[in-house]
Amino acid sequence: MLIIQLAINGIAVGCIYALVALGLVLIYKATEAVNFAQGDLMMLGAFFALTFISFGGLPFWVGLALAIIGMAAVGMIMERLVLRPILGQPQFAVIMVTIGVGFILRSGATMIPGWGTSSQALPTPFSNQTLDVAGLVMAQEHLAIIGATVILCALLYGFFRHTRFGIAMQAASQNQLAAAYMGIPIKRVSAATWAIAAAVAALGGVLLAPIALVEANMGFVVLKAFPAAVLGGFASLPGAVIGGVVIGLIEVFSGRYISDTARNLAPFVVLLAVLVIRPEGLFAEPKKRRA
Amino acid sequence: MTTMIEVEGLSVAFGGVRAVDQVSFGVEKGEIFSIIGPNGAGKTTVFNLISRLYDATAGRIVFEGRDISRLSADRIAAAGIARTFQNIELFENASVLKNLLLGRHAHRRTSVFSELLFLPKVRRQEIENRSIVEDVIDFLDLAHHRDARVAGLPYGVRKVVELGRALAATPRLLLLDEPSSGLNPEETEDLSFWIRDIRDDLGITVMMVEHDMGLVGRVSDRVLALNEGKVLAVGTPSAVQSNPAVVEAYLGS
Repeated sequence: MLIIQLAINGIAVGCIYALVALGLVLIYKATEAVNFAQGDLMMLGAFFALTFISFGGLPFWVGLALAIIGMAAVGMIMERLVLRPILGQPQFAVIMVTIGVGFILRSGATMIPGWGTSSQALPTPFSNQTLDVAGLVMAQEHLAIIGATVILCALLYGFFRHTRFGIAMQAASQNQLAAAYMGIPIKRVSAATWAIAAAVAALGGVLLAPIALVEANMGFVVLKAFPAAVLGGFASLPGAVIGGVVIGLIEVFSGRYISDTARNLAPFVVLLAVLVIRPEGLFAEPKKRRA
Repeated sequence: MTTMIEVEGLSVAFGGVRAVDQVSFGVEKGEIFSIIGPNGAGKTTVFNLISRLYDATAGRIVFEGRDISRLSADRIAAAGIARTFQNIELFENASVLKNLLLGRHAHRRTSVFSELLFLPKVRRQEIENRSIVEDVIDFLDLAHHRDARVAGLPYGVRKVVELGRALAATPRLLLLDEPSSGLNPEETEDLSFWIRDIRDDLGITVMMVEHDMGLVGRVSDRVLALNEGKVLAVGTPSAVQSNPAVVEAYLGS
């Protein structure tokens, strides 16, 4: 019974990492660069929701929708101001810019009145409620995270696999000049990419809030999402979810059976092992196909 | 004969250099029209102006009676113009088939929601696109490489894949930028047959920038010679090649 309970907790924790990792993979697929600001966009999304719901007194679902729309706008502004000017530059430039944006968002958030440096709780309909099934206790906030992760993964997977726009994003990531001559409006695609990434981050931030509290440094959860994404092969959306769950399970079980400090260490030990043994990740799409 | 594309007084300057200077010419429907000239004559620049990579400082480009001088580059494919590049611009991490299917992108007309649900309309469109792409694969003999990743293919094959992607867009005007560069004599021979077939069988008007005079002479109906951004001569391949101004530009005086 204990093992099943631990597994459920591990999956729930893992889905948080997966949710962040989905944002990383999304940007990676669309730009072939890693977005180091993904965690900070989550933090900003959570603060948006906090502002609308706790300060503004709006119902949760309205606040959530406004936070997502607001963050999509932030993503577009960010693209226009700092990413559009380096469109066509090497991926390395994009990575550096996202690191910079992350710093700005993190320190910027502490300077806004009401947000500040303290931790704040965001009330959600799933906070502090449990569901008992056959002697197993499941927190509703965990169930919400698991459900949202699965739905989001399926949506994004379908989007990249089947939609004209999703395919256009991947084409633009590989060759912008050629993509333009296939009729792909590069600038609009770039703006939409960052809007979607920021909207996904907002959803992640709100789901994370009942567990981690809303504060300027909550974006550091991205450090656990990196191993999840790498484990999944970095370009695979289902891989990111499975990677996240694996990391979550490792964390919970090593924390219970090895020692409490091992829970932060074990995921990275596993990550290093994977990088040595199978550097393309566990679920990478085959890259070295020979003709 | 009807005019496919009409270029009038086209000019562009980079810094102080007039890369293209008051260039005018017309290409008839069904023609194979080549642009020749020494390095730096402005040949590729003319292509980049037509395909809207650069903005002209002066002049007009009229394609099928429509002024395309202010169209953005991503609307060129839908207008009916496809091109290839001197240095091959492919989606390197995708398969040959996916590259060719992307050639169909400008012709896809479905909404995000119907695509996510894979409605019958989307399905029909996918089947149609796939069949056009398979025709191109047969035409260029690419079946053997269909599922290969582009990055691992030899240069000559990638060149053909890029031509295939342009054909998959079912253009009415095809711009080929140095199609024979980097090809061996046998591959160049194949290319010359394909260029003729593209015009004769597919009915596509072809404009080509090319250095290989043998290829130019074999396939072209008319040739335009450029030097230092200016038109030196226009006419049949033999007339242009024997034009004293052209000979002087190539050999120096």
